[in-house]
Amino acid sequence: MVEVLAKAAGETGGGVTRLAHPLRLESGGSLDAVEVAYQTYGRLNADRSNAILICHALTLDQHVSGVYPVSGKPGWWTRLVGPGRVLDTDRWFVICSNVIGGCMGSTGPSSVDPRTGRPYGLSFPVITIADMVHAQALLVEALGVTRLFAVVGGSMGGMQVLEWARSYPERLVSAICLASAARHSAQNIAFHEVGRQAIMADPDWRGGDYQIAGVRPEKGLAVARMAAHITYLSEPALQRKFGRELQRDGLSWGFDADFQVESYLRHQGASFVDRFDANAYLYITRAMDYFDLAAPHGGQLAPAFKRASEVRFCVLSFTSDWLYPTAESRHVVRALNAVGARVSFVEVESDKGHDAFLLDEPVMNAALTGFLAATAEATNL
Amino acid sequence: MIGFRPEARHDFDEILRLVRPGARVLDVGCGEGVLLERLYREKSVDGRGVEIGPDAVSACLAKGLAVMQGDAERDLAEFSDASFDYAILSQTLQAMRAPRTVLEELLRLADRAIVSFPNFGHWRVRMSLLRRGRMPETRALPEAWWETSNIHLCTLRDFTDLCADLGLRIEAASALVRDRPARPMNPLDMIENWRAEQALFLLSRRTPVHPPETEQRDLFA
Repeated sequence: MVEVLAKAAGETGGGVTRLAHPLRLESGGSLDAVEVAYQTYGRLNADRSNAILICHALTLDQHVSGVYPVSGKPGWWTRLVGPGRVLDTDRWFVICSNVIGGCMGSTGPSSVDPRTGRPYGLSFPVITIADMVHAQALLVEALGVTRLFAVVGGSMGGMQVLEWARSYPERLVSAICLASAARHSAQNIAFHEVGRQAIMADPDWRGGDYQIAGVRPEKGLAVARMAAHITYLSEPALQRKFGRELQRDGLSWGFDADFQVESYLRHQGASFVDRFDANAYLYITRAMDYFDLAAPHGGQLAPAFKRASEVRFCVLSFTSDWLYPTAESRHVVRALNAVGARVSFVEVESDKGHDAFLLDEPVMNAALTGFLAATAEATNL
Repeated sequence: MIGFRPEARHDFDEILRLVRPGARVLDVGCGEGVLLERLYREKSVDGRGVEIGPDAVSACLAKGLAVMQGDAERDLAEFSDASFDYAILSQTLQAMRAPRTVLEELLRLADRAIVSFPNFGHWRVRMSLLRRGRMPETRALPEAWWETSNIHLCTLRDFTDLCADLGLRIEAASALVRDRPARPMNPLDMIENWRAEQALFLLSRRTPVHPPETEQRDLFA
């Protein structure tokens, strides 16, 4: 199984790059000895014009295709990324890196602080979406790519795409932003706050120093994941999948997981703690909450994209996504139109909620395929 | 589908004839992008589309066309002044809630507008109403009054009056009758209001919205 999947991902590479200089952060500080873990799929062509950067969502990572080294499970976007697929690795050189602040190999709160020799914990600086993107830009440069054919991402990945368009438009041919927003809404922040408070309320969190104590705030992190997971699904999908179905015959008249939906959520929480770090969850959710591209421009989004009018954009939203609803994508589209950027936009009919962008959505697949092909044709690639 | 769509699409042929090669074109209500694709292939235009139907938008995106899902009556405001050379509104004006506003919008965001619509002054329409005493159902307007999306039908005279009212210059006008290529016409000639089943206009502003030196609105001032 593992070999089959690895082969299906085509030629792969990857590793960890250490940035040559301290990374200057939006908060004003800087971060020393930053490492960026990444994977690549496919081969960079001779004129280095076929690179596509994928930006991952909150709890995902650089393993976009192929197999996870430990679990042997397929990469999170294997449906879309691989030979002959939407992001065809026979044609494109696909790069995906773990965000800084994360926990899959890039420098984050669980990394060892070179100054103290101990894990950062809460002494790790608060990072932003822009900081993540700057680290990616340095990685992309290190890989010998000066211009990306496309930068692609959904959810938090879409925020990074928009940040790329703001910070490095001259390095982009095109940008694809799926199920995302140019800022976090009050509701987005509110859900994240529930998750963070759940983690910090776990006695094993130990003020963020749980690594030193040799424990993990698993219950808190699991609750955070359970709450967040509900926001990734739609009400009809949840109802269709579980309804009021019970785990066993009859009620327990207690607080066991009587309902299948409870059991499902507990499973989601339990499996999440095996693969994710609690402090990384705090830091990354904070980065998303702080994200607001219009803030430096008095609430006007268009000026954020004023240098991006030559970039070709594709923006997609999903009808049942209530976490990043269509209105947020429209807001982005309106700003892009105002600066005269070439933007395609469609609201894809789906009842799968926010997670739809990770799933097999034929309309999304066809739209992305068409968009990439047309962009390649227009740029003579 | 709104109204009369001839198989051979002589209206598209006429639009292709009118559009300057390499121009920036916005097709409002672009459907599945048939016209946009022809404009791209045959005239090398930089084309964009606005379409309200999600399935049609998806079809456009799959073809690689730059199309935005949106409502012509609400979302045209997103585009800056004079950001296109041509704005096309094919067979859709009569289905708009506020056709006058839409027409003004087209000529705000583009230097020229190409607009086509079914002529309610056509002899078949007149005869149908006269003979039957009911809302006309003709080959150009095949739907019953209660199901048609054509809520603001007009005659050639009504349209030329509106153009005069809005200070628009009619640069070209053609008459279309089913299965025949477009024929140039003088839209002010009374006989054309009987003869033209469909009308197609190339319009421009009589005076530019902005003096030439400040062509682009400064978004960031």
